[in-house]
Amino acid sequence: MKVYLDNAATTPVDPEVLAVMMPFFKEKFGNPSSVHYQGQEAKIALDRARVEVADFFRVEPEEIIFTSGATESVNLAHKGLIETFQKSRVPACQAEKPHIVTTSIEHKAVLETCRHLEKLGWAEVTYLPVDRFGLVRAEAVERAIKPNTVLISVMYVNNEVGTIQPIKKIGDFVKKINLSRPASGAPRIFFHTDATQAIQYLNCDVSELGIDLLSLTGHKFYAPKGVGLLLVKSGISLVRQQDGGGQDHGRRAGTENVAFIAGLAEALKQRAAGKEQEAKRVKELRDRLAEGILKKISGVVLTGHPEKRAPHIASFTIRGVEGEAVLMYLADEGIAASSGSACAAGDLNPSHVLLAMGVKPELAHGSLRFSLGKKTTIREIDYVLSVLPEIVVKLRKMAPK
Amino acid sequence: MTLTYTKKVLDLLRNPKNMGQIIKPDGVAVVGNRVCGDVMKLYLRIGRRRRAIDGKEEEYVKNIKFQTLGCPAAIATSSILTEIAKGKTLTRALKISNREIVEELDGLPRTKLHCSVLAAEALKKAIRNYQGNEK
Ligand SMILES: Cc1ncc(COP(=O)(O)O)c(C=O)c1O
Ligand code: FES
Repeated sequence: MKVYLDNAATTPVDPEVLAVMMPFFKEKFGNPSSVHYQGQEAKIALDRARVEVADFFRVEPEEIIFTSGATESVNLAHKGLIETFQKSRVPACQAEKPHIVTTSIEHKAVLETCRHLEKLGWAEVTYLPVDRFGLVRAEAVERAIKPNTVLISVMYVNNEVGTIQPIKKIGDFVKKINLSRPASGAPRIFFHTDATQAIQYLNCDVSELGIDLLSLTGHKFYAPKGVGLLLVKSGISLVRQQDGGGQDHGRRAGTENVAFIAGLAEALKQRAAGKEQEAKRVKELRDRLAEGILKKISGVVLTGHPEKRAPHIASFTIRGVEGEAVLMYLADEGIAASSGSACAAGDLNPSHVLLAMGVKPELAHGSLRFSLGKKTTIREIDYVLSVLPEIVVKLRKMAPK
Repeated sequence: MTLTYTKKVLDLLRNPKNMGQIIKPDGVAVVGNRVCGDVMKLYLRIGRRRRAIDGKEEEYVKNIKFQTLGCPAAIATSSILTEIAKGKTLTRALKISNREIVEELDGLPRTKLHCSVLAAEALKKAIRNYQGNEK
């Protein structure tokens, strides 16, 4: 039996999505910037995709910038925004250095981008701690705000442990604070969220949530790898990070990846239909898996928040085993999962997320994540439950007491 | 990330040789890897035999067992180490290098080379533990 439970890493392309993409490789191959028939055909497809995507988030089409994925979107949002402030800043005046508030459990796309901005001396950054469930407190975000704060960047759902962050709470107080800031001469604060792991299951109405900028990547919800978007509410000016032609209203140069963008729009449309039922179905399977593992194997702890968690992620630490070894034994049984163990990471550092949650390195060593998807069945879950306990017994037998 | 391992490594991961304990061992060592958190424990039974050429008595690794909490490379290197060391004189066993271990496994991914260093270190430490006990 082949069981793929690594959907938080990536998903296969939906057949319907692929079907929508195919014409743009051959018959409708035009460049959307060309005035002739082929060009206009591509332009129409691009515009339609933009409208469909905007509908998903209930925003205007002009508020969508297509990118190569969440990493690029995050880079553009953070660097683009800070560069806007940098341009208007008096050099060497430290007090005016813009301030970013983020969390210590963000994806590396955010963490490394923030570090880069710090290194350039263009921004100061506060990396907020999280509690043992991987939750950042909205109050802590609020308290971290300073007169020079310009950006708050908090991920919607953590990719390793699935914890859902209090996005609406943060969005609400950012809105409120922004009302009073102009009077004190302080800059407006923008709220960015990396919503990559939330798109298919959670509310993504950005106005309701108070989100100004949102990043995502397509391959986590059955669109291809290498396409994503940055949502930017109107009135926010970003300095573009990729120079060249005037595509995407001058915000991202380079000929648009029409086929992939059409695929991204189709995948979002598919996910929007029946979103709640699918979230419920996946959550039930995930709960069955988590409860089964906790019951059948001793020394296991569910990582992440027990309730405030995305439906597709079940993550654990298993005492007395190493994650990569578990993955190899699972692979022998046809099961694909992932681990945040140092040995599995290749760079030999245990997951920064687990460490930030206060998980001891020895325990992070035995971390295991299963992430479910639309193809996951109850049979697959029961199959995992039938083989995992033996694997753990076998590996524990190998370990020194 | 799951790395590409050789068939030897995978076979040993599935069926490790000499895994377990020796009760009242002559030498024992525990080594840990500060880098990634793995722990390896080695148990030795030392024997004496006469050399065929000159009839001189020599000490050799009569039995060796391991227990490892670690990655596939750590398990495979511990296992292959016990196979290399078994039957060797202590003088020869002390010379087992991590390179020898890696070669026996038909190679290891670059980020996993330190696991073989750990195994070689464990054997030296266990032999010295025995020699220390003797004095
Ligand atoms: C939360 C989160 N952010 C960002 C990314 C980066 O996505 P991509 O590599 O497609 O740019 C991922 C996926 O790896 C993710 O899970
Ligand atoms: S010992 Fe951990 S990487 Fe092998």
